[in-house]
Amino acid sequence: MIGFEYSRAGSIAEAVSQMAASPGAKFVAGGTNLVDLMKMDVERPVKLIDVNRLPLNKVEETADGGLRIGALVRNTDLAYHPVVERRYPMLSSAILAGASQQLRNMASTGGNLLQRTRCAYFYDTATPCNKREPGSGCSAIGGLNRMNAILGTSDACIAVHPSDMCVALAVIEAKVRVIGPRGEREIPFHDFHRLPGDTPQRDNNLGTDELITSIELPPRGFAANYTYIKIRDRLSYAFALVSVAVGLELKGGNIKEARFALGGVAHKPWRKAEAEAALRGKAANETAFAQAADIVLRDAKGFGGNTFKIDLARRTVVRALSQAARGTPQSQSSKKIA
Amino acid sequence: MTASEADDSPHYSSHPTRRTVVAGGVAVPVAMSLPSGTAAQPALRDGAPSAVSVNLTVNGTRHALSLDPRSTLLDVLREHLDLTGSKKGCDQGQCGACTVLIEGRRVVSCLTLAVTQDGANVTTIEGLAKAGKLHPLQQAFIDHDAFQCGYCTPGQICSAAGLIAEGKAKTPEQIRELMSGNICRCGAYTNIAAAIQQAMGQS
Repeated sequence: MIGFEYSRAGSIAEAVSQMAASPGAKFVAGGTNLVDLMKMDVERPVKLIDVNRLPLNKVEETADGGLRIGALVRNTDLAYHPVVERRYPMLSSAILAGASQQLRNMASTGGNLLQRTRCAYFYDTATPCNKREPGSGCSAIGGLNRMNAILGTSDACIAVHPSDMCVALAVIEAKVRVIGPRGEREIPFHDFHRLPGDTPQRDNNLGTDELITSIELPPRGFAANYTYIKIRDRLSYAFALVSVAVGLELKGGNIKEARFALGGVAHKPWRKAEAEAALRGKAANETAFAQAADIVLRDAKGFGGNTFKIDLARRTVVRALSQAARGTPQSQSSKKIA
Repeated sequence: MTASEADDSPHYSSHPTRRTVVAGGVAVPVAMSLPSGTAAQPALRDGAPSAVSVNLTVNGTRHALSLDPRSTLLDVLREHLDLTGSKKGCDQGQCGACTVLIEGRRVVSCLTLAVTQDGANVTTIEGLAKAGKLHPLQQAFIDHDAFQCGYCTPGQICSAAGLIAEGKAKTPEQIRELMSGNICRCGAYTNIAAAIQQAMGQS
């Protein structure tokens, strides 16, 4: 780990001004990913600005019936929050599918969005990686790519975003509130993370001088018909090969509203409007689910080691839609597939 | 035996501990393995980072420390405070051997920068036994033979103490899921889960 200066921000304004005065600095909250990357010499910040003492650790109901989650609310506190458990159980389930309880106790809501990829080559400074060192090449293409992306890839990068929580936030259509030297702004969730394109070094559209202050959830939480299912190499505490979050609204046996997102397959949580539109108005059955799965995976492309993910994703989408339609969401402690 | 009892032992200084033997054994090969021209210290942009004052209360004892911001809580416990019960396994947050409790919540100390914990109350494996009596989890691990090599045990026990305090695990399945951050390469999981269930019944 390189040497770095350290400061504590006493207020949001102070955090923003300290960052503006220190190009190359980074904010630190839980540190569960940043400290790891600093140990590996992948992240080399000149300074860490500790935001842990900022007043951003509340979960509050908003006037429109939604929920405002402070950026410093820890992952466990969010997952077990009674309002989240009751009205946004998909979010609770997705959080509990990720990491371990120790890490969830440390990790912040804002930091969860800013996790960097777990692509092995990104971590290995001895190998080329366009995300770590733009222009150096992608070692995963033609290399070991079992964990890598099958959708939205580019010639420069096939990394995936590792978060579980974000897959649920994509379905819920959360908004990300941020603040920087130019003031506050709100970023719709689907605009927050980026596809790699030819700038894979940029994971998201947050400015380097901006701080996430909260995540806002709209009122609709799909509490009746939802699931989060995560397929991985071991039953717990592993990153997703494929995960799927689903939120449905049913009327009779028919689908009134359908949303689903895939994790572990792209540089961001993956949704496809056409696939969701194909479900609306249909009877909730396997034929409709398989059709939606085919649409979302139509443009999927494997790279050898991860080609199996295309079929796996298709089957996981069908399974997840079935679970949500039946109202039997996947349990994150019993590993039996519902 | 607690660390403080060991320190008070009249034979302590004349008997090398496992730790001094291990440390002495690796010091030479590590030094020799450094390629010429490789600095032992990481390159700093503007010299050494400024030390930061940090107050930590560990197992009820307050410590005023001046730390390099790079210091992890794990390294502070082991290298500054000589509390070597918390183990360094992977040093990447993947194994749980370094688990300690901060304000009663379990965390991995290897990914916790000590400077971010100014004013915090930390409990390590050394702080669980009270007045010479083992913590119910320590006793349960012995009763159930819940270890082989023992390296992961301090982390397992601290993690289990956090799990019991959380009150979220009701079934054996849930215990296993919520203990998944602690890896045991000897594979003592069956007995670990049984030990935690026993201790949970007593709390």
